[in-house]
Amino acid sequence: MTQPAFAARVDRALADPDLKRAIERTTGTARSKRAAAVAAWPDFAAARELGRDIKDHVTANLDHYLLTFERNATAAGAIVHWARTAQEACDIVVGICKAAGAASVTRAKSMLGEEIGLPHALADAGIERVETDLAEHIIQLAGDPPSHIVWPALHKTREQVAALFRAHHHDPGALATVAAMVASARRELRRRFMAADVGISGANFLIADTGAVCTVTNEGNAELTTTPPRVHIVTAGIEKLVPSTAHAMSLLRLLVRSATGAEVTQYTTFHCGPRRPGDADGPTAFHIVLVDNGRSRMLAEGLAEMLRCLRCGACLNHCVVFRQIGGHAYGGTYPGPMGAVLTPVLDGLAGTQDLPHACTLNGQCQEVCPVAIPLPTLLRGWRERSWREGLEPGVVRGSLFAWRFLVLRPALYRPATALALRVMRLFARRGWIARMPLAGGWTRHRDLPSPARQTFMAQLRQRRPSA
Amino acid sequence: MSDKVPEGPRVGLFVTCLVDTMRPPIGFAAIALLEAAGCRVEVPRRQTCCGQPALNSGDRAGAVRVAQHTIELLASYPHVVVPSGSCAATIRLHYPTLFDAGTAWHRRATDLAERTHELLSYLVDVRQWLPAGVALNARATYHDSCSGLRELGIAAQPRRLLAAVAGLSLARLEGADTCCGFGGTFCVKYPAISDAIVSEKAQAIEATGADLLLGGDLGCLMNMAGKLHRRGAAVRAFHTAEVLAGMADGPAIGDGA
Ligand code: SF4
Repeated sequence: MTQPAFAARVDRALADPDLKRAIERTTGTARSKRAAAVAAWPDFAAARELGRDIKDHVTANLDHYLLTFERNATAAGAIVHWARTAQEACDIVVGICKAAGAASVTRAKSMLGEEIGLPHALADAGIERVETDLAEHIIQLAGDPPSHIVWPALHKTREQVAALFRAHHHDPGALATVAAMVASARRELRRRFMAADVGISGANFLIADTGAVCTVTNEGNAELTTTPPRVHIVTAGIEKLVPSTAHAMSLLRLLVRSATGAEVTQYTTFHCGPRRPGDADGPTAFHIVLVDNGRSRMLAEGLAEMLRCLRCGACLNHCVVFRQIGGHAYGGTYPGPMGAVLTPVLDGLAGTQDLPHACTLNGQCQEVCPVAIPLPTLLRGWRERSWREGLEPGVVRGSLFAWRFLVLRPALYRPATALALRVMRLFARRGWIARMPLAGGWTRHRDLPSPARQTFMAQLRQRRPSA
Repeated sequence: MSDKVPEGPRVGLFVTCLVDTMRPPIGFAAIALLEAAGCRVEVPRRQTCCGQPALNSGDRAGAVRVAQHTIELLASYPHVVVPSGSCAATIRLHYPTLFDAGTAWHRRATDLAERTHELLSYLVDVRQWLPAGVALNARATYHDSCSGLRELGIAAQPRRLLAAVAGLSLARLEGADTCCGFGGTFCVKYPAISDAIVSEKAQAIEATGADLLLGGDLGCLMNMAGKLHRRGAAVRAFHTAEVLAGMADGPAIGDGA
C-alpha cells in the first residue's frame, strides 16, 4: 500500500540503531529544554496568539508588504530580485555569482537554499561551495541532504563525524572531544571563508519598514559568510516578511525558545544594504532574491496557515514518527509534520502521498507549534485530495467501500460482524491471535486480542430485550 | 441495573464499533456507570461506526454518509455518551467540518456535537459523579490517548475517578501523553513505524512496574496490550470504565473473553 521508495527509506532508517540514538540525543534535549523555556514563560499562550496573528496579517496583506520591503531595501542600496520558481531563483543566484567572477562561494545554512536546490545549481555551474555552518559542513563532507531543519546533521553520531573529519580534514588532530572536532572544522574553514568572492545566506525575517534582513545563528558563521566577500546574496521565501523590527522580535522569541529552548540565539544579525561610505567592512553589492516557489499557490489552495511556519523544528522534535524514522525517510527538503505538509506542495502529491498518511494525527505537533499551525488538519486536507485524485490504492478504496456499505446497513452489519468474530476466533489461542490472514499489518509486530464471542449489541439484546 | 427509574437525563450510548466487536464489557461498564450517575441509558439499535476509517483516509464523501447515519440515529437524545476519546472527538469536532456552514446538515451536526460527551469526562464534568465503594488492589499506570487529551482536554477526569477506587495506586507513566503508535488505519498501513513507536511505549509501561495498564480508548489499549503480550510482559490492560464499574476482576483485554 505504501510507495516502495518511501517504504524502503523507512526500513533503512528503522534498521539503523545509530540513527535512532542520534535522533534521540538531539531531539530529547530539545524537547526538555523547550518544555522548560515554555514553563518559564508565563505569557507563552498570549505570545503564541500574537505570533499567529502577525503571520496571518502579513499573509493577508502579502502584496503590500512585499512592495514595501522592496522599496525600502532598494532605498538602502540592495538589489531585489523576484523568483517565481526554484529554477528561476537558482538562475538568479548563479547569474550573480558568474557576473562577480566568483570561483568559490561561502554559504550559511538556509533551508530555502536546500529547497530550491542551490547546492546542485552551484555545482552544475562549476562554482565551489563552502558550507560554513558546522552541521552543513558535516553533511557536505558526507554528501548527505539535511535531516532536520535546525540540526541538518542530526542523523550523524559524534563518532561518525569524527570519522568524516579524519578522512577529509587536512589537519584533524586527535578529535577526541567535540571541542577538538569544532577546532578542526574551524582550521579547515577559516581560510576558505576569507577567500570567497560571494557569500550566500538565508533570512529568518524580512523587515518591511526598514528593508533589512534578519538572521539568527549560533555559530557566528553567518557573519563570516556575509561580511568578508565582495558580494552578499540573500535568498528568502516571501513568507519571511514582517511589518517591522518589533514584529520580528516577537516572533524571534517564539522561534528560539521553540527551537532550542534558549532565550536568544548567540547571534541575531540585521543586514541592511551594502557597505556604506565609512563602513569598516561589508559587501559592495547586496542582493536579495525573493522566492515564491509554491507559496502563492499555498495561499490559494487552503494552506495559508502553513505560511506562518518559522522553521523552528519543534514539530519534528515532538513527532513520534520523525523520532523513529528521521529526516531522510521523508524524501523531501523538509521532514516531520511541517515537511509532510510542504513536500507535496514542492514535489507534487503523486509520489509523496505517503507523507500525509504516515502520521497518527496525534496532534502533538500542533500543540507545540509556536504559531499554532493546525498541522493535523492540513495533513487531513492532503489525504482528502489524495483520495479525490485517485492516488489511494484500489485495495484501500475497495475495503472502505465494503465497510461503508455495511456500516450504513445495520441489518447486514450485525450478521456480518457476527460472522467476522466467529472466523477470527478460529485463529485465537488462549485469548490472543498471533497470526491471521489479512491481519499481517497488525500481527507481524503485536498480538491481537481475540474478539468477543458475541458482539455487545447481541449480548445486549439477550440481557435487555426491550431497551 | 436497578429497577427503579432514575430521574437523570436520557443518555444515548454510542458504544463504538471496536467495543461492540472486541470488548463488550466496556459497553456494559459504561451502562452501569451512567446508571450509577443517575442517567437513563438507551442504546440505539441501528448504531454501527462513527466513520473514522473513512474520515482518516481522506474519503470525505464516505465520512459524510456515515456521519449522516449517526446524526439521524442520535437525533433525539439530550446527551450522547461515547466510551472513547477518538470517537467522541470525531462526533464533536469533525462531524461539523464535514458539512457546509448554513446547511441543515451542518446545523444537525453542530447540534449533535454539542450534546456528545466522552464517557469519563461526562461522569466528572457533567454528572459530577465519583465512584463510591469500588475497590481494586492493584498498581496501575495510565496512558492518555491523544484524541481525548488534545482534542477534548481529558486528563484530570480519569485520574480523579481512579483516585476514588480503594486500594488502587497509579504509577506515573513516562511519556504518558506521547502517542502509542495506534493511529487507527496508520498501524496497519505503516506497521513498521507503528511497531517502533509502540515498542517504546511498551518499555515505558513495563518500567513503571505496574500490574495494570489503563486508558480510555480501546484502539490504543489493544495496540499497547498486543505489544506487551508479544513481548511476554505480565501487564494486563483494561478500559478505565471497567475498573470503575468493578469489573477489573474478570479477564483483561486479550485474556480470553
Ligand atoms: S510548523 Fe510550527 S513547529 Fe513546525 S517548524 Fe514550523 S513553526 Fe515550528
